[in-house]
Amino acid sequence: MWAIALKMLVGDRAKYFALIFGIAFATLLMSQQVSIFISLMARTANQIIDVREADVWVMDPRVNYFDENEPLPDADLYRVRGVDGVAWAAPLIKTNVIFRTPDGLINQINLVGVDDASLIGAPRDWIEGSLDALREPDAIVLDRQGADFIWPERAGGSFLNLEGEINDRRVVVRGVADVSATFQTFPIVYTRYSHALEITPPTRNKLSYVIVKAADGEDPKALAQRIEAETGLQALTWVDFAWRSVNYILTRTGIPVNFGITIVLAIIVGAAITAQTFYLFVVENLKQFGALKAIGATNAQISGMVLLQSAVVGAIGYGIGIGMCALFFSLSQDVPALEGFYLRWQVVYGVGAVVAVIIVLASLGSLLKVFRVDPAIVFRG
Amino acid sequence: MFAVEARGVEMEFGSNGMRTKVLHGVDLDVQMGKLTMLVGPSGCGKTTLLSILSGTLRPSAGDVDVMGARITAMADSAKVKHRRARIGFIFQQYNLLPALTAAENAAVPLVTAGMKLKDAAEQSKATLDMLGMGPHVNKLPRQLSGGQQQRVAIARAIVHQPALVVCDEPTAALDAETGKQVMELLKDASRDSDRAVLVVTHDNRIFHYADRIVAMEDGRIVGDSARGTLPEYIHVH
Repeated sequence: MWAIALKMLVGDRAKYFALIFGIAFATLLMSQQVSIFISLMARTANQIIDVREADVWVMDPRVNYFDENEPLPDADLYRVRGVDGVAWAAPLIKTNVIFRTPDGLINQINLVGVDDASLIGAPRDWIEGSLDALREPDAIVLDRQGADFIWPERAGGSFLNLEGEINDRRVVVRGVADVSATFQTFPIVYTRYSHALEITPPTRNKLSYVIVKAADGEDPKALAQRIEAETGLQALTWVDFAWRSVNYILTRTGIPVNFGITIVLAIIVGAAITAQTFYLFVVENLKQFGALKAIGATNAQISGMVLLQSAVVGAIGYGIGIGMCALFFSLSQDVPALEGFYLRWQVVYGVGAVVAVIIVLASLGSLLKVFRVDPAIVFRG
Repeated sequence: MFAVEARGVEMEFGSNGMRTKVLHGVDLDVQMGKLTMLVGPSGCGKTTLLSILSGTLRPSAGDVDVMGARITAMADSAKVKHRRARIGFIFQQYNLLPALTAAENAAVPLVTAGMKLKDAAEQSKATLDMLGMGPHVNKLPRQLSGGQQQRVAIARAIVHQPALVVCDEPTAALDAETGKQVMELLKDASRDSDRAVLVVTHDNRIFHYADRIVAMEDGRIVGDSARGTLPEYIHVH
């Protein structure tokens, strides 16, 4: 009976392709939108994830997410270093400042000041220059996208030794690094902590974070709790801080609602197209199913036929849709706005599950119709 | 032995407030080795009776035995098995599956019984060949004429050697000449002493192919050629 089911399915080419298109379109829409949403959310945590050495981040208790700046007094760095179980603790400044090129162009940038001695928190993947370049006087390091953005006329070329000003202080580009894109999308400029203190506007406190490495055998979560208890500061493992940043954006902005609406619409449109087309396909074949029932096909055989038909169009449509999504991200990987956006395996499986549910529901609706079809229908002209 | 024995068959349609009785206690026997025709004007209940006798419709009252098995007492699943093994169907609109070739369409009863489509199609080719469809076994229904499609339907109805072949208006969609050819094939099929052919029709051009004619009106049997009681308006040419 399965061979008959497949021949019935592909025999009506127009409906066969309409079914596959419906499922492929729904799959593409869902997987692409979910991937963009997850990648966008991941950007809120990228600067945390990029500091691979840190187990615990210490900050002002009022900080809700990475880009929120509530500076600490420098003394807090030493208080954290004094907590048992801390292997090392390094300062990190993260603030937004104005960068001015010699041409007078102004750009807001994301300035990150890393520990002078260890340079922990600095980028690791270099396009031009090297980590040691940060030790040179007035040195700054830019992310690739940021460099292209500030000096678009030099995009693709070298940015080394270009000069600019931050808060009327001269800075010189000594390196360009490949770093993860951030949620704010401002150019990211790295420098030494001491240099950052000099070039940022004068305020009482400037230390944004203390990043901490746990001693060997020390549980980062337990260490974070101990730091909180002993200093009164907020201490989070890097995982908890990353999720806190993501959750803040999720709960405090309209982004998830907008994406959620798009994703829900994609599911509804995809489900509607798929269910409607499949239902119509079955309904228009009701007389054929009726004839098969009259001739002696059981409901179980007919169910198997319908389920096989739905599984085949589901698998092909899903495969095409997810393939198109992968192709989209592959082709757009050099587009600055979509940097770091990709199709995650979780999305592949998740959307697969949603498509499977759509297919099963569409099949069940159609099966009810088939079960109820009276074999005597074939005797009615 | 009778292929079909029906006693007191009644059928009502509709809900409680609007019930319409279309069969009023019909008694009918269909003999093996003969072509029996059930004739009468449109709406007299002959197709409903055919549906009940073939086990595709459950009557409101009465008993039907087909080849000694009481199908009115059978569960639906048992009736499906019974139909699959014992009954062949020929429909007015052929009801061939458009995506299957002639051989594959004729093989459907074998496939529902568990045979693989490829093997069943191979087996059905002999039946199609017997019906003069040898050169057309690999054609799709849309590539066949109405008469050829009905021949495929006949092949489908007899490929599994059923004891009863039921035909609903088998010539209604055919021209006179093709209808004649189809009836000759059905007549041949009925000559098998292990088979009965029951044809529902109101096409008086084919009445002469019948071994016996049973006339119906308003849900009742009003005449039977075996008893010499056919109404006068039924003319056998």
